[in-house]
Amino acid sequence: MSETLPGSADIEPDDLKAARVPVPPQAIAPALAQPRSKRSGRSNFELYSWIFMRVSGIVLVFLVLGHLLIMNILDGGVQRINFAFVAGRWSSPFWQVWDLLQLWLAMLHGTNGLRTVINDYAEKPRTRFWLQTILYVAAVFTVVLGTLVIFTFDPSIG
Amino acid sequence: MASTTAERTRNPVSIYRGGQGMWSWALQRITGVAVFFFLLVHVLDTALVRVSPDAYDLVIATYKTPIVNLMEVGLVGAVLYHALNGIRVVLVDFWAKGPRYQKQMLWVVAIVWVVVMIPGAYFMLIHTVEALFGSTS
Repeated sequence: MSETLPGSADIEPDDLKAARVPVPPQAIAPALAQPRSKRSGRSNFELYSWIFMRVSGIVLVFLVLGHLLIMNILDGGVQRINFAFVAGRWSSPFWQVWDLLQLWLAMLHGTNGLRTVINDYAEKPRTRFWLQTILYVAAVFTVVLGTLVIFTFDPSIG
Repeated sequence: MASTTAERTRNPVSIYRGGQGMWSWALQRITGVAVFFFLLVHVLDTALVRVSPDAYDLVIATYKTPIVNLMEVGLVGAVLYHALNGIRVVLVDFWAKGPRYQKQMLWVVAIVWVVVMIPGAYFMLIHTVEALFGSTS
């Protein structure tokens, strides 16, 4: 497909509108190379990533807004939080599961979001690679640390 | 007169090009990145419960200071926008009439955000305000 219509090189879209000529989309939309992005293999990874963002997002609306309501707004909010408060909450498997699910979903959702942002703004392959490597190392470290903290919490420490 | 490139690219090719569609998307990115970096810090500060109760309480005390308390209102506001606009994005993608009502849905997002943030900010800041300016009760 050529960038301009045959014989239309000097005609601006507005001229066509003024002349009441039907304007084909190719005359208005910027020309994009086909395919628009390189596809590596036949992977559906980006499709699954897109679905995951929406599914995890809906679950996180309830988990995170519930967490913020309890921790920051109700009953004195952040002012009442201390070690004893955390110990009381994590004595219940319900809140342990809540926090574990919240940790994993939020970290996967956020890491995937930042992966997309890096892909959008870091144009050099080397920059992309290093930013994403730092991102994945930080994400794995945070998920592993948080999971260990929830599972090994000891209310009688110290 | 020939139109400029900027004028031509403003044609309604996508709801994400120009106007509310683009700015709601930009704000979704900015709030998402900000919340992600807070999440990394938040897991680290919570991990101090494995060090000692004193270490945890000491760091949590900074969350109760006036300036950090104000930043928490910003955090809750960012998360709330990201959540509400995220629901809007899901509706645009999966609800047949979503794209047609995307502007109206953005208004709903803005109104719900304000309605929730007014009492939310009040309860989050009441202790700080009383500590700084004296109890009103």
